[in-house]
Amino acid sequence: MQRDRATTIFEKGAAGRRAFVAPKLDVPEADADTLLPAHLRRSAPARLPEVSEPELVRHYVKISRRNFDLDTGFYPLGSCTMKHNPRLHERVAALSGHSRLHPMQSPEHAQGALELMYNLERALGEVSGLPHVSLQPSAGSHGELAGVLLTRAFHEDRGQQRHTVLTPDTSHGTNPATVTMAGYTVVKVGTNVDGGVDLDDLRAKADEDVACLMLTNPNTLGVFDPNITEIARIVHDVGATLYYDGANLNAIMGKARPGDMGFDIVHFNLHKSFTQPHGGGGPGSGPIAVSERMRPYLMNPRIVRAQDGSFDLDEQGYEKSIGRLRGFQGNYGCFVRSYAYICSLGAEGLRDASETAVLNANYLLAKLREHGVADKLPLAFGELCMHEFVLSGSPMKKDLGIKTLDLAKRLLDHGYHPPTVYFPLLVDEALLVEPTETETKETLDGFAAAIAAILAEAAEDPAIAQNAPYTTPVRRLDEAAAAKTPRIRQPIET
Amino acid sequence: MADSSYPAELLYHPEHDWAQVDGDVATFGITWFAQDALGEVVFFDPPEVGSSVTAGESYAEVESVKAVSDVVAPLSGEIIEVNLGLGDTPEAINNDPYGDGWMVKVRLSDPSESDGLLDAAAYEATLS
Repeated sequence: MQRDRATTIFEKGAAGRRAFVAPKLDVPEADADTLLPAHLRRSAPARLPEVSEPELVRHYVKISRRNFDLDTGFYPLGSCTMKHNPRLHERVAALSGHSRLHPMQSPEHAQGALELMYNLERALGEVSGLPHVSLQPSAGSHGELAGVLLTRAFHEDRGQQRHTVLTPDTSHGTNPATVTMAGYTVVKVGTNVDGGVDLDDLRAKADEDVACLMLTNPNTLGVFDPNITEIARIVHDVGATLYYDGANLNAIMGKARPGDMGFDIVHFNLHKSFTQPHGGGGPGSGPIAVSERMRPYLMNPRIVRAQDGSFDLDEQGYEKSIGRLRGFQGNYGCFVRSYAYICSLGAEGLRDASETAVLNANYLLAKLREHGVADKLPLAFGELCMHEFVLSGSPMKKDLGIKTLDLAKRLLDHGYHPPTVYFPLLVDEALLVEPTETETKETLDGFAAAIAAILAEAAEDPAIAQNAPYTTPVRRLDEAAAAKTPRIRQPIET
Repeated sequence: MADSSYPAELLYHPEHDWAQVDGDVATFGITWFAQDALGEVVFFDPPEVGSSVTAGESYAEVESVKAVSDVVAPLSGEIIEVNLGLGDTPEAINNDPYGDGWMVKVRLSDPSESDGLLDAAAYEATLS
């Protein structure tokens, strides 16, 4: 059943109603003009919501219950790794030693925090096979920017001006965006029939003007590229660096290390592979790990440990540093949660998480085949997958008259967050599914059955999916109008 | 939205672009298949008049609700006119890809290049 329209807090309440009444002053009243110059003060009171406490609570609880998130249902969002966030992390992050830490506190009064960050750097170095880590970047995309800026510093230090960065046509959209922001030009590399990098195309495009190749392995098709050491050789032969986009690290933690494959720089998405609530704008965290030759350019300050075991922030730590990438040391709460995850799972647990993620993805793929939907939604590349897989809805569109978007919208009525649609771009009508390691067999069975049910229903009447969803607070949104004439604020009547 | 169609008087590039050649001037746009695959187009980023285009290379971008995509030039030459109307009504690319949805007019540097393009039947065959 469709629920009522969401209202804003400004549409609730009445003049004079209050959720909170400030206590009487117990200090002498001061003249406002002496506290704040008159020209900086409002001439009229701000139009704020005037609601009672129950109205206030109900408003936000009502909104929160309309949220669909990892805690309410299956969220198979490919390439975003929306994985379960263990509650233990919240307890640890809430400990006052962490939560009440102030960014201006001196290193001598933040020894525990610095030790945690130092240890997290070591752990990430171990997972990636690249020993030198900076925790500063605030998101995966920020880590990418750091990595490409390091690459620029590396080449300029050698007196070289290079102009292009290679990205495969399966790459995450952030890769070309980062390349452009860092002042390079994007050159796309093609994909071979197995879903990996087209080596001939790479050889043709790898020249002395290339600064870097940005790659993720496994890639967004859920394919692990077996030619990775050859790819690394081709790239290194022309003097370029090899960058690892860590978005898909959830598939290989404890199994394979980017450093061992020949990568020079890795970014991690702590909020993906190492758990913490994400989506909706963060907070995220995108540390980078680099090889020995990239080390001098890392961001300062560097966390250092003295002979006596104490920790400090060394502003001149990396001799040819690209400098600071943000104020303070990064999103510390994310470090706490990720460090808790790494410590509680251990090396074996991280490996188990990756193995189970890959097993779950392949189980779901097999289950879909068992339901007989593979001819309508075939796997785009290969037979098996890593932690995620890409289906093509092209035959479904041709045979049943419903698009991937229609399938995604109808999944909402079945109580599932839809997978990523229309990405990667090289797959027609793409559906990118990632189930993660903590989902149960019953959940995966239910999801496969829902897809089978939607296709069976569409064979009878495609209009049902074409007009879905029916059970959500709003029906199908006009995406074209939202992009062309966005309405991003609610007018307030005064 | 119109039914799928590939007018016989146009020439086609396998990257889903069409060209209507008139002497040494050609009009370019994207095919019905391309606009259908893109979904609703919300923005057209035009090239500048006077800039040159190379056959097989991108000369503009279209943004749909799904993605931003390159538009490939079927033939080489210099841009002499841009369909500025698409700024206000990019949906014309969906509604009338061969008419109001035209993108640029180009003075061809080598009209014989058009011998390399596909006719409607050959293009349609690549889609199946």
